[in-house]
Amino acid sequence: MSASVLFDAPGPKALVRNRILAVAGSLLIAGLLAFSIVRLGEKGHLAAGMWDIFNYSGIRQNIADGILATLKAFGIAAVGSLVLGVLLAVARLSDHKPVRWFATGFIELFRSIPLLITIYAVWVGFLIDYSMWALAVGLTIYNGCVQAEVLRAGVNSVPKGQREAAYALGMSKTQVMVTVLLPQAVRAMLPTIISQLVVTLKDTSLGYIILYPELLNSARLIASNTLVDGKYPYVSTIVVAGIIYVAMCLALSGLATWIEKRGRRAKTGIGTPPAGQSALLSGDAGQAAATGILILGDSNQTGGPGTGGGGQN
Amino acid sequence: MNVLLDHFSDFRDGFIGTVSITAVSTVIALVLGLVIAGFRVSPIPPLRWFGTAWVTLLRNTPLTLLFLVTTFVVPEILFPGMSAFVLGSLALGFYTSSFICEAVRSGINTVPLGQAEAARSLGMTFPQTLSLIVLPQATRTVLPPLSSILIALTKNSAIAGAFSVTELFGWQKLMGEEGYDIVPVFLWVALAYLVVTFTISGVFRLLERRMEVAR
Repeated sequence: MSASVLFDAPGPKALVRNRILAVAGSLLIAGLLAFSIVRLGEKGHLAAGMWDIFNYSGIRQNIADGILATLKAFGIAAVGSLVLGVLLAVARLSDHKPVRWFATGFIELFRSIPLLITIYAVWVGFLIDYSMWALAVGLTIYNGCVQAEVLRAGVNSVPKGQREAAYALGMSKTQVMVTVLLPQAVRAMLPTIISQLVVTLKDTSLGYIILYPELLNSARLIASNTLVDGKYPYVSTIVVAGIIYVAMCLALSGLATWIEKRGRRAKTGIGTPPAGQSALLSGDAGQAAATGILILGDSNQTGGPGTGGGGQN
Repeated sequence: MNVLLDHFSDFRDGFIGTVSITAVSTVIALVLGLVIAGFRVSPIPPLRWFGTAWVTLLRNTPLTLLFLVTTFVVPEILFPGMSAFVLGSLALGFYTSSFICEAVRSGINTVPLGQAEAARSLGMTFPQTLSLIVLPQATRTVLPPLSSILIALTKNSAIAGAFSVTELFGWQKLMGEEGYDIVPVFLWVALAYLVVTFTISGVFRLLERRMEVAR
């Protein structure tokens, strides 16, 4: 009953060794955690007063406003990036060369420069008084380009027969794209699209840098405006903001995993790639040989290679 | 054009800063990513749990938050007075290590089953199987995603500029504050990043070609 092909089922000797290593490993990890906690305690970051600040309604209101601001920017950017993604994907698949070139150039340019550079340029150059819109526009441009590539991969993965059948029925180019290709592409790519939305949600934290009062920035403001026993409660506010962020992202990537599992259950349509695995990578990297793959069938496999997390940005 | 000529030394420092923080955090991320990937497939459950927790936590944390953690929390735990560059590379390296771990793990999954079985039947232990048989063969499939991850790392390094590390975003910010027209500044910075990312993808294309095997 070997758990994995990488190692034999442990015999009596290996069992003892594994147990020793397990205990040593756990002790080491626990030791590091304990060390951090003790050090934080020594510096007074674990004092009740540091954490009591979250009982004040003003601070709670600030955090709630921060979450709301984050979600607002995320909502605009999510809708915007999906719309822009569809437009750019269609443009890149267009039959007209200038349109195709423009879309390719736009996508390649904005995909290969840091999002922060774009957001900052939009903010300083055009929307200095509207940091929320600067953030939303920057996020829309960057993520729109990524979503366009995802959708393009989806459209290309639709079997050729679908397109040919639609043309044979006398549909126009627009009809083929809108009623035949795009719906199937979206269905196939839904987990990847949602993973990219997780990335979008994570990237709203860049609003911190352009002084948009989203969750992280309000956390910093709370920390720098509150004085507890002569110290600023940076540690406690960062921990609280971090937990909220991780919870929001996990909820969204949980949705992606759920949709992926649902898609795998359905027998019709194109198979959905694992969530989180960028569609752009899946071409060569995810192309595991169909047979003879190492199956690490074990409890440590919580899902496909990319489940349970956002993609990289 | 004037922006670049007037502030060329700052621009050069920024470019060097971007390249060096990318290089340092790449090393941190590669080492940590390999180790954590080893943890995640190891026969020892606590290490597997640790690996899973590490990846789940870091992949769902915004990088800006990690920078805040390294700026405000890490100096409190370790010793105060670490430079912004070191702290920034730590944040970037830790964040990227979770993606590298997942890339390596899915690379391990693509190595044919018989390889590990043969290694085991020769009496190899888990570390031997992994380091002598499986990982060298996984390298080929890991390279393409690794290239994208490192390009993403280069792009993410811009955030370090907001945490007082000298690099290209810092230059853009400085020029923006000095009132230069942002469009040419943006284009120069974009060009500099393109140089770095194209170099990375070029190097990886070269590596992939060298590792290619006829099938």
